[in-house]
Amino acid sequence: MNETEVTDKVDTLMDIKKVTLRFGGVKALSDVSFNIKESEIRAIIGPNGAGKSSMLNVINGFYTPQEGEIWFQGKRRPKLKPHQIAYQRIARTFQNIALFEGMTVLDNMMTGRMIYMKSGLLPQLLWWGKAEREETENRMIVERIIDFLEIQHIRKTPVGMLPYGLQKRVELGRALAAEPKLLLLDEPMAGMNNEEKEDMCRFILDVNEELGTSIALIEHDMGVVMDLADRVVVIDHGEKIADGLPDQVRNDQNVIDAYLGVAH
Amino acid sequence: MFYREVGEFKTSYPQDSESFAIGLDKYGYYFILIIAFGIIPFLVNDYWANAVFVPFLVWAVASLGLNILTGHCGQISLGTGGFMAVGAYSCYKLMTSFPDLNIIFCIIISGVITAAVGILFGIPSLRIKGFYLAVATLASQFFLVWLFNRVPWFYNYSASGQISTPERSVFGVLVTGPNVQPWAQYLICLLFAFGLAWGARNLTRGSLGRSWMATRDMDIAAEIIGVNLLKAKLSAFAISSFYIGIAGALFFSVYLGAVEATEAFGINQSFLVLFMIIIGGLGSILGSFIGAAFMVLFPVLLKNILVGWWQWDAAIATHLEFISVGILIIVFLIFEPHGLAQLWRLLKQKLRLWPYPH
Ligand SMILES: Nc1ncnc2c1ncn2[C@@H]1O[C@H](COP(=O)(O)OP(=O)(O)O)[C@@H](O)[C@H]1O
Ligand SMILES: [Mg+2]
Repeated sequence: MNETEVTDKVDTLMDIKKVTLRFGGVKALSDVSFNIKESEIRAIIGPNGAGKSSMLNVINGFYTPQEGEIWFQGKRRPKLKPHQIAYQRIARTFQNIALFEGMTVLDNMMTGRMIYMKSGLLPQLLWWGKAEREETENRMIVERIIDFLEIQHIRKTPVGMLPYGLQKRVELGRALAAEPKLLLLDEPMAGMNNEEKEDMCRFILDVNEELGTSIALIEHDMGVVMDLADRVVVIDHGEKIADGLPDQVRNDQNVIDAYLGVAH
Repeated sequence: MFYREVGEFKTSYPQDSESFAIGLDKYGYYFILIIAFGIIPFLVNDYWANAVFVPFLVWAVASLGLNILTGHCGQISLGTGGFMAVGAYSCYKLMTSFPDLNIIFCIIISGVITAAVGILFGIPSLRIKGFYLAVATLASQFFLVWLFNRVPWFYNYSASGQISTPERSVFGVLVTGPNVQPWAQYLICLLFAFGLAWGARNLTRGSLGRSWMATRDMDIAAEIIGVNLLKAKLSAFAISSFYIGIAGALFFSVYLGAVEATEAFGINQSFLVLFMIIIGGLGSILGSFIGAAFMVLFPVLLKNILVGWWQWDAAIATHLEFISVGILIIVFLIFEPHGLAQLWRLLKQKLRLWPYPH
C-alpha cells in the first residue's frame, strides 16, 4: 500500500486505518486504509459490490468494523452510535434515496438541522421563547441552502411527490443543512440525465470551494470523478487496490484489470 | 374565488410557519372557537352534552394522543384502552386520596402517571416494529385492564368493583359527580381539548415533531441526522400516553362518573380510537377532531334515522353501523391514508384555484 501519501496530521480530517468489516463469513472490507484531508474531494470508486457503501456506513457509525480504527480531527474515535456521530458534523446522502417521504422539502431540510436544535419540551409545547427563536434562526440557514440549490419553488411540496432528480437534490440539501465538516455522498448522480448531473457537479464543487467542506464521493461516472476529485481511492472485493491522483489511478494496471474483470 | 391567499404576503419566517396559512382558515378557526366557547355552553342540554359533545371532546383528546404516536411517530398501538384506564384509575386514586387537590391537577397528574406507564410499555418499540409492536401493545392493553380488575386497591375495595367519582368543583362550579350541569361537563372537556390540541400543534411543528416524523418515515436516515431513536420513540410514547391518560381521566370523572375497567376500557376502545385517526387522518391535528366527531356522530345519526324515522330494528342498525365503519376503514386505508382531513385539504386546494382550473 502506498504509505507516502500519509499524512500531515494538521490537514488530515479523517484517517481510516486498517478497517476490516465482516458480515458472517463475507468480508465486505479487508484491511482498508486511506485518509480524507481538509477541504478535499475524495472519490471512492470500484465495481458494484466492492464495499464502497459499506465504507460510508462504517464512517457514519452504521456498521462497526471488527478491526481497524477511525481517526477524526486528530483523535481516535471511540465506538459511537450514528446519532452521536452526526454531532461531529458528518452528514451523508444514500445510494437509494432516504428522504422523509411524508414531509415537505422544507421540513426534510429543517430535520437536517436536528443537531442544532436545543430547546426543551416546555418551550416547544408552548411555542415560546427559545423554541420559536431557534426555529426562525434555523429556518434562515435552511433558506440559504434552498436558494443555493435553486429549489425555492418546491419548498412546501411533500418530497414523495417530486421527480427522482429533484429528490436527489433535496437529499443533498438535507445533508448540507447540517453544515457538515465531512460530507459523504453515495452515488449522488446515479440515474440522472446529463443536465441534472451537471447541476449536481456544480453544487458539489461550490460546496467544496465556498464552504471548504471535505467530501467523500462514491461515483461510477469516470468523467465526473476525473473532473471533481482531488484524489481517488479504488476498492475492489473489499480491498484497496489503488490510491492517488485521478490521472495516476486511471492508468493503474490493477484498476484497469478490476474494471475489466480480470481475475487476480 | 373566495378562498384565496391573494394579497397575503409572508414577510417573515415566523409568519410563514404559522398554523393557518390562509386568512380564511384563521377566521374559520376563530369562528369555531367563538361558537365552541361562547355559544354552545349556553345552549347545550343534557342529551347533547352526553350523547354528542362531551364524548366527542374526550375521544378527540384520545385521538390526539394516539395520532402523535401512530400518525406522527409511526408506532402502532393497540393499548389505548389500557392507557385510558391508567388515567381513569390514577384520577380516581388521586381524587379519593387527596380530597383537597383541585380536580384539574388530578387530571393533569393522571396524565403524567400515564405518560410514565406509556414509557414503560413503549420500551419494546426500541426492538420491534409494525405488527409485532401492535401485538406487544395489545398485551399491555390486556394486562392493564386485568390489573385494575384484579387489585382491589385500585378501586378502593368497593363491593361492585366499580369506581365512581366524588363530587369536585372548579371555581365553585361542580364538574364531576351525579349533579353536574351539562354545560360544566362540556366546558371543562373543551378547555382540555383546546389546550391539548394547541400543544400538539406546537409540538408537531417543532424539532421534536420532526424527529418523530423522521423516525416514522425513514429511521435509518433519521439516526444519521442526529435523531436519537430511543428518545424519539419514548418521548412519543410518553406524550401520547399523557394525552390518552387525560382522556381516560375525563372519560371517567367528567363524562361517565362511574366505570368498570373491562367494560369502559376494553380492547374495543383501543380499536375505536385507532379507527378515529385512520378515518380522520393520520398525522393531523384536525384529523383527530374530525375522526372523533365522525365516530361519535355516525352511530347517533344512524340510530336516529334508521330506528327513529324508519322504525328499523335497533340490532340491525347496530350491525349496519359496524359494517359501514369497517368498509370506511378499508376504503381510507387503501385510497386515502390521510383521511377526511386530507379530503378537506384537497377540497380547499380546488377552491383556491376555482373557477380557473390551473
Ligand atoms: N448489511 C449487510 N449484510 C450482509 N452483507 C452486506 C451488508 N451490507 C453489505 N453487504 C455486502 O458487502 C458487500 C459490499 O457491499 P456494498 O458496500 O454495498 O458495495 P458497493 O457500495 O461498493 O456496491 C456486498 O457483497 C454486500 O452483499
Ligand atoms: Mg453502494
